[in-house]
Amino acid sequence: MGFTGDSLGVALKPSTAHQEPVELESGRSLEAEGSVLCQHCGTPCGSAAISKENLTFCCRGCLAVFELLHQHGLGRFYDLSPTPGLRVAQRLDAAQFAHLDDPLVLERLVDYRDECGCRVTLHIPAIHCVACVWLLENLFQLHEGIGRSEVNFLRRELSVMFDPQRIRLSQLVALLASLGYEPVFQMGDLGRRNGPTKPVRLWLQLGIAGFAFGNVMMLSFPSYLGLEAHHSPGIRLFLGLVSLGLSFPVFFYSASDYWRSAWQALRQRTVTLELPIAAGLLALFGQSLWEILTQTGEGYLDSLTGLVFFLLCGRWFQNKTYERLSFDRDYQAFFPLSVTRRTEAGEEVVPVARLRVGDRVRLRHGELLPADARLLEGTAEMDYSFVTGESEPVRRHPGDLLYAGGQQVGGPIEVEVVKPVSQSYLSTLWARLARSAEGQRNFQTLTNRLSRWFVAGVAAVALGSAVAWGLTSSLPMALKTFTAVLIVACPCALALSAPFALGTVQRWLARQQIFLKNSQVLERLARVTTIVFDKTGTLTTAGSDRIRWVGPPLEPAEREAVCVLAAQSTHPLARQLVGLIQDPSGGRSAGVPSVPAGADRPEWYREHPGRGIEGQVQGLELWLGSAHWLRKRGVSVPEGCIRTAHSVHVAIGGLYRGSFQLQRALRPGTDRLAQTLAGRYELALLSGDQARERAAFEQLFGRGASLLFHQTPEEKQTFIHQLQQRGRTVMMVGDGLNDAGALRQSDVGVAVVEDIGAFSPASDVILEARRVAELPELLGLARRAVQVVYVCFALSILYNVAGLTLAVQGRLSPLVAAILMPLSSVTVVSAACALGLWQARRSGLTTWRGKETSEP
Amino acid sequence: MSVIYVLIGLSLLVATGFLVAFIWAVRSGQYEDTGTPALRVLAEEPPAPRRDRAVDTPVRSIPTDVP
Repeated sequence: MGFTGDSLGVALKPSTAHQEPVELESGRSLEAEGSVLCQHCGTPCGSAAISKENLTFCCRGCLAVFELLHQHGLGRFYDLSPTPGLRVAQRLDAAQFAHLDDPLVLERLVDYRDECGCRVTLHIPAIHCVACVWLLENLFQLHEGIGRSEVNFLRRELSVMFDPQRIRLSQLVALLASLGYEPVFQMGDLGRRNGPTKPVRLWLQLGIAGFAFGNVMMLSFPSYLGLEAHHSPGIRLFLGLVSLGLSFPVFFYSASDYWRSAWQALRQRTVTLELPIAAGLLALFGQSLWEILTQTGEGYLDSLTGLVFFLLCGRWFQNKTYERLSFDRDYQAFFPLSVTRRTEAGEEVVPVARLRVGDRVRLRHGELLPADARLLEGTAEMDYSFVTGESEPVRRHPGDLLYAGGQQVGGPIEVEVVKPVSQSYLSTLWARLARSAEGQRNFQTLTNRLSRWFVAGVAAVALGSAVAWGLTSSLPMALKTFTAVLIVACPCALALSAPFALGTVQRWLARQQIFLKNSQVLERLARVTTIVFDKTGTLTTAGSDRIRWVGPPLEPAEREAVCVLAAQSTHPLARQLVGLIQDPSGGRSAGVPSVPAGADRPEWYREHPGRGIEGQVQGLELWLGSAHWLRKRGVSVPEGCIRTAHSVHVAIGGLYRGSFQLQRALRPGTDRLAQTLAGRYELALLSGDQARERAAFEQLFGRGASLLFHQTPEEKQTFIHQLQQRGRTVMMVGDGLNDAGALRQSDVGVAVVEDIGAFSPASDVILEARRVAELPELLGLARRAVQVVYVCFALSILYNVAGLTLAVQGRLSPLVAAILMPLSSVTVVSAACALGLWQARRSGLTTWRGKETSEP
Repeated sequence: MSVIYVLIGLSLLVATGFLVAFIWAVRSGQYEDTGTPALRVLAEEPPAPRRDRAVDTPVRSIPTDVP
């Protein structure tokens, strides 16, 4: 076949004359553990491998991409990193993306448009290495309608210019998909608007403060060193005025956020650390202005600009965000961008936003229902685990009402939309949860709690010393002492302790693939008293992943025959069965192709929906299905056999042989997790599932824990709220949308995801599923990180006390201030970083080996 | 000594030039993506001639027994 232009519906650029010949270097085949790796994607090639002049490919798709790239002079792709390609699972054509050309969708997706072309930003999670970046930035070589393209690696985004006259968006997307870089569109994308980014402002503030700091300090050198120039009044005034000029933008622009927060604190009559900072800055600036204009001194402008610079550095360090992840996604991010609508003319793909009441929609296996609808045709097996947490798919028959958010498993169904997307069950549920959880979080940070005492102390010392000097000496002296105390007490180092100590730990955790929304999450983690777990998907794996055969053992040939027949079925149990028989390790090693080779097809088969499947494989007549169905067909099924919703019974040649029991396994390490946490924390389990496994969990969690089953999303949220009203600090560990309310309500919401970057509900921590067992270590690290903050607080208060003793005696010179302030900031920052890193290293969390970028 | 006024003025002028360059860089979006350029630079250099590589990494050029 080959991905020529026709198959994509895209007329590709004719290859240029100077193209490299398809380089088929001798013997560059790659080998791993005896099996040959595909030249393109690195998948071990099975029996279906295709060899072309010494190079081996796992499938035709990979070979086609390889040839396409070489034809267009993009062969360097394979030199940049070994087997950089991605396996293209199925062939895609532009028609599948036709909905993207819909003017309504196009208008929202396009960032920018002029007569030369449009620019779109596409989210492509598959971007993973240097070669990807290179290839995507050389897309213009593939098609003349494509212009400049640019990758943002951290966000996994591709921004590309294209000419809609020559290539439609659907064709562009199809081209990307055929190379393995299929963009992901979500309904949330349609609402996205690129607002002015906040970091720009911080960068500018930081740059200006740094600029002024350096120059003012340079201009202050003559006075530090007591040089000649210092004594000439003309130069002194000149230097003072220049410094003043440099400090103005710092005072009014760079420090503007501190004025704003101090003013807010005053208006709300709360005490935050910004208050003494603002007072200190004001005192510094006022005193300097007075001294310079009256020519009585040289002011403290070097301290002022330095202070603002260090404070902004702290803010910049604290503001680290992870652009790949979103901690505030709502359910819309989970919704598809388009659905297949059935019209009289046939099927068409339309954007979800265009769905109207009365539309007929076709859902295939694995597709999500975006609006409440009535089932028209087919048997629906709706998997609502994402909404309710119930792991069993719900069976519905034609005429039944289906709620939005369910995922169809099994055969295709047809439904009629009865409510617009915006008024569906899921949308209203979300709106309700979000509203009730709003404003619950009123968390006093460590720094703010401390600042209460600090402000009181500083005010007392300042007033006390001013009064003392006023009584014993003159009024100007009292005023001078008062400002000196405010200046030296400016809690710069104090304000930097928490951002740097916690920020260091946060960054270290991010390198180990544990992502925190911000560094304050660590403070809340350290205060957790109660931990609430969701069951399905959090403590247990998302699908069944253990299989047990009950009955006398099957012959290998029989086992294979069962597998071949089950592979024909669309029933979810059959699918899991096939996956587990072929790959007992749990489906993680994707190496072996799981589709049976073409020779092993059943001679004939017939599926009885909802009951079982019968067929003949290599002469064996097999019946797979429920015990009830087998019995009806005259098979003598033993009375004592295990009959659950998770068993598949097998009869060969009309004789009962036994059953496969599919089990949902606990994640490894869960028992250790429960034991470790039980002593220190109050534990609870909430599940939307049935109470089948109550006994097992009672044993696991111990007697004190509350185990609640059949929980609706609202009940979960209420449960957490009740705990909080009893004074508990609650951590909720959950995964799906059904936990979304609880995650928001809790003090720390931990979202467990199978894959970082996949959908997760709004939360504070995003944790990979396989690391759930490491929660005790994470909590321990959070507690120790907070201890580091206390140590740094103590250190900075030591500096303040030293400064204050000088200030109350009226002996604070600009030089002392200029030394003391940067010195305290630098020591506290380095102590915070070093101690934070040290604690993180000895936390016992497994360190992540290998770089994230090399992960396919 | 009055030359110091000129010198300080000039030095500030140069420094302001750098500040303006910085502000321009921030406004033109150069600080928005700090990760990709680090990768892009790896792909910039054209590949070394084939025979050099064969000398550098002789192991990879030995034909394997793959059909």
